[in-house]
Amino acid sequence: MDFTLNDEQLMFAETARTLLGDTCTPDHWHKMMEQGAGFDAARWAQIVENGFTLLLLPEAAGGMGLTELDLALIAIEAGYVALPEPLAESAGVGAPLLASLAPDHPVLADPAAIIAVAPAINPVVANADVAAAILIEKDGRAYLVTPDQVTLTPAETIDPFRRLFRIEWDASKAEDLGPADWTLALDRASLFAAAQGLGLAQRAVDLAVAYAKDRMQFGKPIGSYQAVKHHLASAQTAIEFARPVVLAAAAEIGHADVHSRARVSEAKIVALEAAEKAARASIQVHGAMGYSWEVDVHLFLKRALALKAAWGTPAFHRSRIATRIFTQPLGADQTFARENEHA
Amino acid sequence: MNLTYTPEQQAFRAEVRTWLEAHVPKAPLEHYDATREGFEAHRQWEATLKSGDWGMVTWPKEYGGRGLDLIQWLIFEEEYYRAGAPGRVNQNGIFLLGPTLMEFGTHEQKQRFLPPMASGEEIWAQAWSEPQAGSDLAGVRATALREGDEYVLNGHKIWSSRAAFADWAFGLFREPGSERHKGMSLIFFRLDQEGVTRNPIRKINGHVGFAEIFLDNVRVPAFNRLGDEGQGWHICMATAGFERGLMLRSPARFQEAAAALAALWQSRKGTCDPALEADVVRAHMNAEAYALNIYQTASRLMAGAKIGPEASTNKIFWSEMDIHLHETALAILGAEAELLPPTGEHEWLDDYIFSLAGPIYAGSNEIQRNIIAERMLGLPR
Ligand SMILES: Cc1cc2nc3c(=O)[nH]c(=O)nc-3n(C[C@H](O)[C@H](O)[C@H](O)COP(=O)(O)OP(=O)(O)OC[C@H]3O[C@@H](n4cnc5c(N)ncnc54)[C@H](O)[C@@H]3O)c2cc1C
Repeated sequence: MDFTLNDEQLMFAETARTLLGDTCTPDHWHKMMEQGAGFDAARWAQIVENGFTLLLLPEAAGGMGLTELDLALIAIEAGYVALPEPLAESAGVGAPLLASLAPDHPVLADPAAIIAVAPAINPVVANADVAAAILIEKDGRAYLVTPDQVTLTPAETIDPFRRLFRIEWDASKAEDLGPADWTLALDRASLFAAAQGLGLAQRAVDLAVAYAKDRMQFGKPIGSYQAVKHHLASAQTAIEFARPVVLAAAAEIGHADVHSRARVSEAKIVALEAAEKAARASIQVHGAMGYSWEVDVHLFLKRALALKAAWGTPAFHRSRIATRIFTQPLGADQTFARENEHA
Repeated sequence: MNLTYTPEQQAFRAEVRTWLEAHVPKAPLEHYDATREGFEAHRQWEATLKSGDWGMVTWPKEYGGRGLDLIQWLIFEEEYYRAGAPGRVNQNGIFLLGPTLMEFGTHEQKQRFLPPMASGEEIWAQAWSEPQAGSDLAGVRATALREGDEYVLNGHKIWSSRAAFADWAFGLFREPGSERHKGMSLIFFRLDQEGVTRNPIRKINGHVGFAEIFLDNVRVPAFNRLGDEGQGWHICMATAGFERGLMLRSPARFQEAAAALAALWQSRKGTCDPALEADVVRAHMNAEAYALNIYQTASRLMAGAKIGPEASTNKIFWSEMDIHLHETALAILGAEAELLPPTGEHEWLDDYIFSLAGPIYAGSNEIQRNIIAERMLGLPR
């Protein structure tokens, strides 16, 4: 039993923090928004160059064979910069799903290839237009299509950096990859959404802290007022208690049992609640500034809202937790219990 | 990161479980705050625990412990709550003063105070608060005047849990004339000693859970001072760190309560608002999140880290989750919530009432939020 991260994991996360922090700054956001862009090819190239898209792919498929925990740490950093590019979705969900079905698929040979995913639970597909392949769920099977084989209708979203599409497609023209583990795909997507939620939350708090130290009212920085402090302390508390849940969910995801699924669901609920709570606290602390397009806090609120309901609403995830509670033993000795260990 | 128990840890769990199954009293003891008899019954239980060497498993053997690590402590706690074993009447000793003694005490002090603490022969109360110094603990007025090898203690302490029946107290005193955080010392005194008067105070549940203490020229040897003279504030903050960050409220307590809540829901859901299921699920989620956070803290401490201001987030989290859990139980009980349960049944109502103290003691939650904002986030005072 050891709840610490190893040096390699911390180093990877640090690399991601530096890379994303340098290439995804407020200036970058503003420029992309001016251009109406939701994808930055230069930044994606750097992400690919650093190997982040290969992290979760098995070595047999040309990947690094690392774990969900390693990628979750990077997804936290992606959330911290409200990363527009689909690192979590493509490298965290699409690529390993394709590798599990067709390890020799040519799309996997290109580490820059974006693999979009269209599970039945989501009404829209993210990043479908820039994808080299789209994996679609139908009757438990996975079908592979390319964007030119389907009709994509942009679905406008409140998050300026999310590119969503409704998709019309014809199964008879798609590549049938056979029965797929869509539950694992949902677990991974939910986990990486949760990890991004932690980053979103921390950034929202950090932005508010910086502002509260600076902004003067009644002759004092607003951060010296308790009402302001307590908003942010509550948000930080939510983060502190979401983080270990996300890390545990990442470490246990491979068990693929009722416990690991409930843990992923807990992570998704609490991390995105923390993100929403932090973003709202941050808006309040910024006053009217927080309500303006100019100040970037809104980006974090919008991403939090999007990720909160994508890949299963809170109610959906709560029902998975209820299944764990009402079908398995409960109690203090059950924190790390596994489904097959007691009968 | 590896979230599985080693075979040794599993064997340890089995050992604890077997022992507790054989020794935990079948009928619940009277509450230790209710009467002297209840208190002494709990002292007796501490002696039983000690006979199995379970007094305080993390302490070195020479001080009455087993020399185990914090993960083993968590396993012990999980089994302890799972077995429904009696509350720890010496919690202020073993969970607060103990770790502080371990860090700041001399070898002689550890030898003198820890073994009888582990065995319940000496039960401790914390005497920090005063009528004029609650949240603003640096405002304590009680004094310790050095006279040769002794201190002469004077002052008025209040809200001291278990002090009505306990044997010893660790108090916060100041050098006469000193101010605020300077000149304070942490000093032990016997509660039955000459010059000490203790008046029980009834809590809102009717129990004499705490006492006020008057000290009138109470003489204690300088040996009873923990740490250096004037280091009292620093030591108190370390104690508070253990209290808030790790030991005072072990996750097992809330996990067992959340499990009991799920059972209560199962037995009554036909007759209550279906929306309450979301709160039952939430109670479980909160208890798990707290457990995972504490496992993380335990691992960090074992890897050499120290408890910092993030301990304040713990205190807020467990106290708020405890209220939510019990609120939910009362909502499920509906119109029966106000009824006192028959002896031996789960005391949801009393536990709810006690949960309301959570945001007050161990430093109020308002103060914890100030600490988080100022020391974790760096906001100006
Ligand atoms: C069940 C229980 C057990 C206890 N056991 C012990 C014990 O064993 N030993 C011991 O020494 N003490 C004990 N206490 C006392 C406890 O530590 C104090 O109650 C606590 O520190 C608050 O102090 P106070 O009661 O004087 O309230 P006050 O400090 O008067 O506070 C009253 C209210 O004002 C708020 N407030 C005060 N200052 C600020 C501020 N700067 N900013 C914002 N809000 C503020 C508080 O949060 C609180 O809501 C216990 C208390 C309880 C309820």
